[in-house]
Amino acid sequence: MKPAPFDYFSPATVDEALALLDEHGGDAKPLAGGQSLIPAMNFRLARPAVLVDLNRIADLAYVRAAPGGVAIGAMTRQRAVERSDDVARAAPLLAEAMPSIAHPQIRNRGTLGGSIAHADPSAELPAVMLALDAQFRAKSATGERSIAAGEFFKGMLETALAPGELLVEIAVPRLPASSGTAFLEMARRHGDYALVGVAVVVTLDPRGRCQEAKLSLLSVGDGPVLATEAGKVLAGQSPSEELLRAAGDAAATRDVDPPSDIHASAAYRRQLVAVLTRRALARAFERAGHAHERDT
Amino acid sequence: MTLVCTVNGVRHERAVEPRLLLSDFLRHELGLTGTHVGCEHGVCGACTVLLDGEAVRSCLMFAVQAEGHELETVEGLSGGDASGDALHPLQAAFREAHGLQCGFCTPGVLMTLVPFLREHPDPDERAIREALSGNLCRCTGYQNIVAAVRLACGAAPRA
Amino acid sequence: MAPHRARSGIGERVRRNEDARLLTGRALFVDDVRLDGLLHVAFLRSQHAHARLTSVDASAARTRLGVVAVYTAADLGDYWRPGPLLVPPPPIAGLVFNPCTQVPLAKDKLRHVGEPIAMVVAESRYVAEDALDDIVVEADPLPAVVHLEAALAPGAPRVHDHLPSNLAAHAVQRKGDWARAKARAHAVIKRRFRYDRGASAAIENRAVAAQWDPRAEELTVWDTTQAPIPIRNGLAQLLGLLESQVRVIAPFVGGGFGPKIMMFYPEEVLVPWAALRLGRSVKWTEDRQENFFATTQERGQIHDAELAVTKDGKILGVKDVFLHDTGAYDPYGLTVPINSQCTLLGPYDIPSYESEFTAVFTNKTIVTPVRGAGRQHGVFVIERLLDFAARELGMDRVEIRRRNLLRRDQFPFNNEILFQDSAPLTYDSGDYEPALDEALKVIDYERFVREEQPRLKAAGRHVGIGVVCYVEGTGIGPYEGARVTVEPSGRIRLATGVGTQGQGHFTVFAQIVADVLSVDVTDVHVITGDTREFHWGTGTFASRGAVVAGSACHAAAVRVREKILELASRELKAAAADLVLNGGRVHVRGDPKGGMALGALALRANPLRGAVRPGTEPGLEATAYFGPDRGSTANGVHAMVVEVDQETAQVEIKRYVVVHDCGRVINPMIVEGQIQGGVAHGIGNAFYEQLVYDDEGQLLNASFMDYLLPTATDVPNVETTHRETPSPLNPVGAKGVGEAGAIPTGALFAQAVEDALAGSGLEICEIPLSPNRLFELIHEAR
Repeated sequence: MKPAPFDYFSPATVDEALALLDEHGGDAKPLAGGQSLIPAMNFRLARPAVLVDLNRIADLAYVRAAPGGVAIGAMTRQRAVERSDDVARAAPLLAEAMPSIAHPQIRNRGTLGGSIAHADPSAELPAVMLALDAQFRAKSATGERSIAAGEFFKGMLETALAPGELLVEIAVPRLPASSGTAFLEMARRHGDYALVGVAVVVTLDPRGRCQEAKLSLLSVGDGPVLATEAGKVLAGQSPSEELLRAAGDAAATRDVDPPSDIHASAAYRRQLVAVLTRRALARAFERAGHAHERDT
Repeated sequence: MTLVCTVNGVRHERAVEPRLLLSDFLRHELGLTGTHVGCEHGVCGACTVLLDGEAVRSCLMFAVQAEGHELETVEGLSGGDASGDALHPLQAAFREAHGLQCGFCTPGVLMTLVPFLREHPDPDERAIREALSGNLCRCTGYQNIVAAVRLACGAAPRA
Repeated sequence: MAPHRARSGIGERVRRNEDARLLTGRALFVDDVRLDGLLHVAFLRSQHAHARLTSVDASAARTRLGVVAVYTAADLGDYWRPGPLLVPPPPIAGLVFNPCTQVPLAKDKLRHVGEPIAMVVAESRYVAEDALDDIVVEADPLPAVVHLEAALAPGAPRVHDHLPSNLAAHAVQRKGDWARAKARAHAVIKRRFRYDRGASAAIENRAVAAQWDPRAEELTVWDTTQAPIPIRNGLAQLLGLLESQVRVIAPFVGGGFGPKIMMFYPEEVLVPWAALRLGRSVKWTEDRQENFFATTQERGQIHDAELAVTKDGKILGVKDVFLHDTGAYDPYGLTVPINSQCTLLGPYDIPSYESEFTAVFTNKTIVTPVRGAGRQHGVFVIERLLDFAARELGMDRVEIRRRNLLRRDQFPFNNEILFQDSAPLTYDSGDYEPALDEALKVIDYERFVREEQPRLKAAGRHVGIGVVCYVEGTGIGPYEGARVTVEPSGRIRLATGVGTQGQGHFTVFAQIVADVLSVDVTDVHVITGDTREFHWGTGTFASRGAVVAGSACHAAAVRVREKILELASRELKAAAADLVLNGGRVHVRGDPKGGMALGALALRANPLRGAVRPGTEPGLEATAYFGPDRGSTANGVHAMVVEVDQETAQVEIKRYVVVHDCGRVINPMIVEGQIQGGVAHGIGNAFYEQLVYDDEGQLLNASFMDYLLPTATDVPNVETTHRETPSPLNPVGAKGVGEAGAIPTGALFAQAVEDALAGSGLEICEIPLSPNRLFELIHEAR
């Protein structure tokens, strides 16, 4: 399983990388951590004629805390995100999800931006970014723009990035006060792609009822799916076991139309959506409760 | 293109094709056949080596990406003694505890464990099994690998 | 004074001699072999499961830079021929058997995805793979034969055109009188069972390297084979060479588990041929994706089985009719389904038995033994039938087993039907009830079912326990050999024909010899897997290495011991009966400071001058062979406690207990390792691994991402207890253990999970399970 031949460039700056991508157009593919692209190339499922290796662009790897949240360079290694105190403080949902991504050997090379731009519907990071309302900064040879996570994931392995455009930064906003988050997934083996996963952000109002609940599901469609129906069930209500069960059922029956594959049938996926949503909400509301006590 | 990298403390300069996988470079260019290839899609972990001290799958890197970096392979663990009599404490523990059978996955397991134990010098069984979950073994059922790690921790392995 | 026991002899937990090399990365595996001017091979493989092959045009590939040669079936000329029938079936009365063996490169027809069509030889594997795209193949797809029952339906597409159907074999074995047993029965339990297995998935893929030395006129082949000697003999014949001109080396092999046996795989026959033809050294290394198609595997059987029992749960008889998927060809004969037939009888006294199977050709990879080799299927059927019978009779599942176990005084027990070694299935020795009791004690069965389970169930937790028994035929012939030599240094050289794939032969065989000669195990240097060192024997398979090769090692060591005593008696002027071997020396009893070192004695045995007595053999060396007239039977009991999350259908193993009797244990550490590895493999087959084929015969999960091997977080600690009921069939008293751990796991999972979900109406009659499948079954049961 050896890759097909390609021309290889290893630029030192973003601008150089963009110029190369512009020059080679559809023949070129950016190489980030390589943990998804290189296996595909070894299977010869991907055969880019040109690889633009981003790993020498030091400017793209950083974690910066800011009053508004945390900003992470696209080429930041997943392991660095996992170990970052800034991320743990500002985006506990992201910190919680990191250990579910494959294994440390993969996370030592894999990057935050690479996984997001790859947009595998079974990947953890797109769903987490969706739940967190992240903003993505993208750069091309002609300019720069910001894309909301909600606008970014277009379909199976498809994003809003235009040809020649690179994801350069991920900005995660700070959570509102009295918020709690939880990430839960069910995989066959530790580190596998999840059969179903859920990322949850809940915020309590001054009276301890659910002010807003943002739930995002992975491995249930062509991309991460926002469980808006489940969110509606929860909005304005006091969290209780029945409410959480109802939210789980809403997510399973109205928010998703999951695929069947060799690992899980649609029916089994729906069951997991119901169960994991309920369990994740329980955890998130518990954490929101603690935050609520702290914040009020 | 030309590649310059350091492997087990030795500097190497070679002309390589960009698509040459790091695993093939180590094994066939440098003759360091201790790193093994089991799947070439990043799942089995047999090809695990250290890149600047961190465990990575050498089948998921191109050799050219190692330019300027420091690599360590299993051959570097036992101090490069040609006779191989000097075993790293972790290797000695594996021998004591029968932590290997066919030995094919073993170098990858060892290289996964080195940075793990550096970071977690006294892990419990659950942590050890999680750390090993990215390395497939078809022979041992993992039990004696776990036993070997615990034995090594008792003996305070060299970092 | 009695002779001192050798340090680190039989029964000791000796550290392995081979570990230092393996741990430091110095051990040689086939892909590590470096040869001058080495060329690399890639195979163009069929994308179709079933098709007429109309043309193969390799002309463009031949012109690619870096390509040295491309061969198709047409290029092989007379060398092209179907492979040998490796295992002729036993002489079962009325047997129908249609041998169809694999071909080196496809001609006229493609019969499974991955079947080799062309061989590219190039400067690198990278270039060779590039050249595969240059080859133009024209093939007309045919409907694929995938499902067993459909394969036998009238009008089904035929895998082999010269045969009237897809029937590969049909065999019936009987004992007693089933019809009468059924008529007399208080209850007849009848079910359909499906048991599916998977790939051996050794972490090392296969590889073959070959080099022809035109000056010595010798061919050297490195091969990841479990059977270097048959490979050597076969290659010599195929290539028109003397056997002594061919050297096959199986160096360290990264896991065998069955499929690395002497298959005469296309690659094994073609790489040496290409090396000879090109006058260059040539190597092929299989990649993981290829392994799913190109290396044999074990797959499914469908059983319709009945168990006739009395009111008290005594078995009157069993009838089993099953279909066996043999894949596109059947070079390995009927070993797997016959193992299923025989192993079904288990440790039980089954007076009447009627077992009928039909082996079916399908458009999939060839089926040959994978760790357990069909025994799993038999165990699943009988153990499940007993569980259902127990439920129907209102009996405890342990009790029904206990009532039917063979007793100690019934050995040797003749089951009458034929085993894979063509001899009647005879259990040589065994002590089954104590093994069952031991397992129950270790897992605390009584307390669990009476106290812990009811308590946890009341708290809403679904916990269950399983207990299953099995008997495993091991240690079969034909034979193996060994040569023991005392060298002048005093170190002992032991050569034997079997190779090693992780079983610790370098240590286990050394222990046997060390025990006989009273030397340290580290002073016994073992050479295996090199036909130049030893060229009589078969290979490692069917859990026979320690038994058969080990017994040959024992016999050779005993002969050397006799020579030592004979020569020492003359040198020391003492009667042999007064001599003692201890710590590498031989001395007169009571005079440990006197005597001679074995090395010095060896020098005396090989004089450079002077006359020798007529009939003397030089040196202290002996070669011996061992061939049992039948296999020995090991047995065991596995017990497991599980917890099932009813919402997610996830299963967690809380405890796993094995009581195993493999006769005399040579190295308990190695035996435990074999059991732990076998159990892990069994867990994989029971709950994680499944080869998923679609209706076109395409394998949908040909990668480690989708074919799931259990990891360290999926396998529990196995609590193992050894029991030793020695085999009377070999001098060591050993029985095999390599496959044992993998055999009863499926039956155990089914029983334990059903127990955890008792009351749900769930019946598990299939393996593998998965959370997804369990979820479906739970819902179907409602």
